[in-house]
This record gives sequence, structure tokens and C-alpha cells, in this order.
Amino acid sequence: MSINDNIFVVIMASAIFYGTPLVFASLGEVLAERSGVLNLGVEGMMLLGAVAAAWVSTNVGGPAFVVLPLAILAAMVAAALGAAIHAFLTITLRVNQIISGLALTIFAGAAGLSSYLAGIWHLGQSPVAHQFLRLDVFGLADAPVVGPILFHQTLLTYISWIFVLGASFYLFKTRMGLHLRAVGESPQTADSVGIPVVRYRYAHVIIGGSFAGIAGACFSLMIVPTWVDGMTAGQGWIALALVIFGFWRPDLMLVGAYLFGALSSLSLTLQARGFHISTAFLAALPYVMTIVVLVIASNASSRRQLGAPAALGKPYEREER
Amino acid sequence: MDTKPSHSNRRFRSVGIVALALLGVFAVVATACGKSSSSGSSSGGTVKAAWIYVGPINDGGWTQAHNAGREFVATQLGSKVQTTYKENVPEGPEVAQVINDLIKDGNKIIFATSYGYKEAMQAAAQANPTVKFEMATGDSITLGQTVPSNYNEYYGAGEDSLYVTGIAAGKATKNNTIGVSAPFPIPEVIRGINAFTLGAQSVNPAAKVNVVWTKTWFDPAVERQSAESLVSAGADTLFSHQDSPSAGEVAKANNLPWFGYDSDQSGSYSSVWQTAATYNWGPFELSEVNKVIDGTWKQNNYYGTIADNFTGLAQYGSTVAAATKSAMDAEVAKAKAGDAKAFGWYWGLADRQDQDGKTVITKGQTLTMKDLYTMSYFVKGISGSPKG
Repeated sequence: MSINDNIFVVIMASAIFYGTPLVFASLGEVLAERSGVLNLGVEGMMLLGAVAAAWVSTNVGGPAFVVLPLAILAAMVAAALGAAIHAFLTITLRVNQIISGLALTIFAGAAGLSSYLAGIWHLGQSPVAHQFLRLDVFGLADAPVVGPILFHQTLLTYISWIFVLGASFYLFKTRMGLHLRAVGESPQTADSVGIPVVRYRYAHVIIGGSFAGIAGACFSLMIVPTWVDGMTAGQGWIALALVIFGFWRPDLMLVGAYLFGALSSLSLTLQARGFHISTAFLAALPYVMTIVVLVIASNASSRRQLGAPAALGKPYEREER
Repeated sequence: MDTKPSHSNRRFRSVGIVALALLGVFAVVATACGKSSSSGSSSGGTVKAAWIYVGPINDGGWTQAHNAGREFVATQLGSKVQTTYKENVPEGPEVAQVINDLIKDGNKIIFATSYGYKEAMQAAAQANPTVKFEMATGDSITLGQTVPSNYNEYYGAGEDSLYVTGIAAGKATKNNTIGVSAPFPIPEVIRGINAFTLGAQSVNPAAKVNVVWTKTWFDPAVERQSAESLVSAGADTLFSHQDSPSAGEVAKANNLPWFGYDSDQSGSYSSVWQTAATYNWGPFELSEVNKVIDGTWKQNNYYGTIADNFTGLAQYGSTVAAATKSAMDAEVAKAKAGDAKAFGWYWGLADRQDQDGKTVITKGQTLTMKDLYTMSYFVKGISGSPKG
């Protein structure tokens, strides 16, 4: 066996591949949460994105370099429409954010709208016509160690890296990012200095939703790659946990996403190599990590220190100023 | 700011609650309760039959096969039957409600197609002696538990088809390492992997089978990841005992022969597709509905075989060697030549050892349904733990 069949290389390469949808989904969620809106509809929005992308890839004619961007665009629009419902309910109508987000996931998710659309569109009978395949970047795919990990991923993974850099820069280095964080920390104060709170919240919930759509497209265009009902299988919930796990910071969330990918690969890879340890324990590890972080983050003052937006989950009512 | 906010808030909130409620209603309508279809007229002289599915009817696997069975019954009986189905019914308390609704609608025979419905089906059978209850994959009768007489269980020897597919896998592997991605370590899956392994060893005594448990019935990402882990550990032939085709992508990317389960992927993955074990539910269900119509229905604890066409093989892939095809056909012919009730003709062809070398089946032994339903060991040649 070559060095690239080494268990470390295999797990790292796998972690990045399977962590990619988590990166997109958690980035989208952090934009919404930084504006003060919790959106538990990630799973539902991902499935809307997945089904829209699958439809485009299956039914739109043309070369891959035209169809795939269109499929991603369709995924973003479909998920953004779902996010817009959440935005309207929670920002304009000030419905409880948790209930609205759960409703969105139930409405759009497995056995909901996404499955209904897939049914009438007859998706899922065969693989999508165009998919994102692993690339051989700079011809380095077989380079020892770094080849499979860094230079043999799909375009979506490389785009996700650009998104992480962009989101970090936007949040912490731009005026709009500063305004966004102000809206999430104290909408009253932001409003008083003339930042349009409602517009900021709408924009970031909807754009964040479109990122969840890309995450869904990762499943129907890259991982599976066809439509299967409920194909995200709970990854949307992990993305929600990752936001907390990464202390609302895109760079740390990327690390967290790959850690989750690595842990799920670890259990399978060890089994395949004849290490008979409890797979139940390994499979539980990501969730144990999440619970630990949630416990740490459950206390209000530690939440503040970790970066939780102070106004997260609270509807903003201008009249109450 | 002004004195009206609380009023307008209340109005906003109630609009919001109504909107949420509408969303919720839509979601419910779009799922379990929404879809039912019928064929034939509802006038007198027709019997009503209902099916309960755990997944959507287009899942490309388990539920799709069951729905094909329902359609077969509807087509064969025409106006003599009115069929209904409920899809995406979770295994849990909800199913009892679904069953009761079906009884209220006048259904005289109910087919439930997922193991987790068993308790609710038995309870409903107890309470509704005039309705017949058919529980696919149930094991209570075989295990000797007391069940109502209007409750029946049915399944088929899928492991027999897996023995035949194992023959093809044994011939396909070049480095004698076959990777198996499997859901949960339960007797049904364990006996299937054992039969598959014995089939492979019957033509290739050096064949080794490497099992990875995904611990999920359904997670396309994990299913694919498990196939990749097997390839990275050296497997050159793959068998995914899962529903989604995502492992086929791994086979395609690495150009390795691939065996599926319970669905035909010969079209989509023609470059790597070999075959799969399949179930044909329709003919049995038809005969049960017929017995309800003419009043001869009786509990029969049915276990279908290749001989009575209940279990079978999906279309062979174009890359399967001609010699392999004829070896499989010969084995299928052997199964069909036997009595229709005969299953598991291969278990006792030789002394069989488990992973520790202990003899678990002696030469000439015939396994009973109970032996199969309680099988908890892996045969020699399998790497992986039967405990998961």
C-alpha cells in the first residue's frame, strides 16, 4: 500500500469531502445568527436546495460548465425562498424563531415539500446528468499525503474555502460586517445610529438560506449524487451545532466541520481495517462533543465570551425602544 | 413610542400563528395522511385492501418494491379490489392511528411493510377479529410467540439470492477481498452476509469478506463513506446491503464490480453493476387478498423462495462474465428444481465454522426458519464483528 492509503490520509481526505456541505450550511446559519435570527430550518432549506439542484442537473440540457452553475443557482434560490418565509414570520410577524424554524424544516424537509417536488418531477430514478467530480488540481492528486487531502477534492470544496475567507473578512473587516454584528448584539443601538435593522436581518437570513441551498446541492450533485428523499439525513442539525461549536466564527466552524467529517470516517475506516472497537462509541463522539460545547455555551455570560450575538432569538420591536 | 404597539403586535402575532398553522397543515397533508390512491369502484362486491409503507413510494428500493406488489394486486383483481396505501408512516405510536383509520375506512386486509409496525399490528388484530393483518418481515410466529389467529407474517429467503450473488462476487474479485457495507447487525442482515460469503467461497475458497457497519438504514453520505473506507482498506469488489445507490459512485470512480441490494441499478451504473437480491411481493399478496375474497384466509407464516418466485435476482450487469452468469443461472435452476418450500439448500453442503473456528452447521444439516431468524454469528472468512 502506498502512503496515500495510510489511515490518516484517508480520514483527512474523507473529512474534507464530507465536511463540505457542513461548511456551507454553517456559514449560512452564522450570517443569520449574527443578525440575531436563529434559523432551525437549515435541514429543510438544504433539502429544498438539493431537490432544485437535482432537477436542473437532470433536466437542463447543455455542457456541465453551464448546467452545474445553474443547478447551484437554483439550489440557492429555492433555499432562499424557504429562508424568506422564515424571515417574514420571525422579523415582520415576530413569531417565535424556534417554532418558525422547526416549521420550516418540517414543511420543506423529508416527506415534506422537497419530497413532494421530487415525486412530481420524477427525480431519483438515476444519477443526475452532471455532477461535481473530484479534480486533479495542478496534477498533484497523487502527491504523497497532501495530494488526496488538498488537491483531489471537488470544485465545491474549493469554493467553500473562498466562502470561509470571504465570510470572515466580511464579518470582521468590513463596515457592513460591523453593522451586522451590531444588529445581532443590540438592534436598539444599531437602529438608533441609523442601521436599518429589519433590512439587515432580512438580507442575512435570506442569503444565509441560499448557502444552505448550496449545502443541499453538495448532496445531490456531489456526494450521492442523485435525489433521495431526506438525503441530508440530519446534517442540517449538525451544521446548527457547528455554529456554536465554532463560536460563531467561520474559520473555527470550518475546523469543526472537518472534525465531524473525520469522526464519522474514523469509525468506518477503523472497521474496514479490522480494528474491532465499539462503533457505537465512535459514532456518538461528534454528538458528545456537541453536548459539551452546548453545556459550556448554555450559560449566558460564557455565551457572550464565546461570541454568541446577544440579541440572538429575540424579535426586534422598534416600539419597545 | 406610541400607545398602539401592543395592539398591533397582537394582530401580527395572530397572523403569524395562523401562517404557521397553515404551514403545519400543509406539511402534514403532504406527508403521511395525504397520499392514497384506489383502483376499481367502491361499490359492493369489492374487497378493500390497504398497504402501510415506511418510506416514499419512489424510494428506489424497499417501499417501491412493496408498492409494485400493491399495483400487481390491483391490476390482477381489477374491480374486485380497492387498494389504498399510506406512505412515510413512521415506526412508532403513529402507526396505530393509521391502522385504525384504515379499519374505519372498511379495509378487510392490511399489509404492513416495516418490522417496527409489528406490535401495533398485533394489537389491532386482537381488537379487530374480522380484519386480516399481514406483517412483512415479522418474526413473532417463527419465534413461537402468541399472536392472534387473524394476524399473519410473511417474508422471503433473501439470503438465498445473496448466496447466488456471492458466487458472482467470488468470481469477480481478483485480490480475494470483497467489501460489504451493511446497515445493522441483526439476524436478517447477518444471515444474508453469511450466505453471500458462502456463495463466494463456493467458487473461490480464498475469498475474504470485509464487513463495515454503517449503523443506519438510510444515510447516503455515510453509505458512500463506508464504501470508500472499504476500498482504501483494499477491497476490489463491493456489495452494499443498503438502499441508496451512493456506494455505486465509489465503485464507478474506482472501476470496481458492484453488487446492490433490493433494486436494479443496471441502467445507471452499467460500467460496474453486477446484480442484486430482490423481492417480489405481488404474487403472495395477491393470493392472500384472493383468500379474503373467497373466505379461505388462514395464518400461514409464509417464507418465500426463489422456487416460488418470491425472491430473485436483479438484471445481470453487462460486465458480468458469461461463465459467471451461467454459474449463477445454474444455481438458480438448482433452487427452482427443489420443492417450492425449500430454502437454504447450501447451508449444510459442508461443515461450516464461525469466525472462531467453532462448527456451527454440520454437513447435511437443514436450517429451520428459527435458526435463520436467530442467526448471530459470522462464518469463517468474514472480517468484522457480528455484534457491530
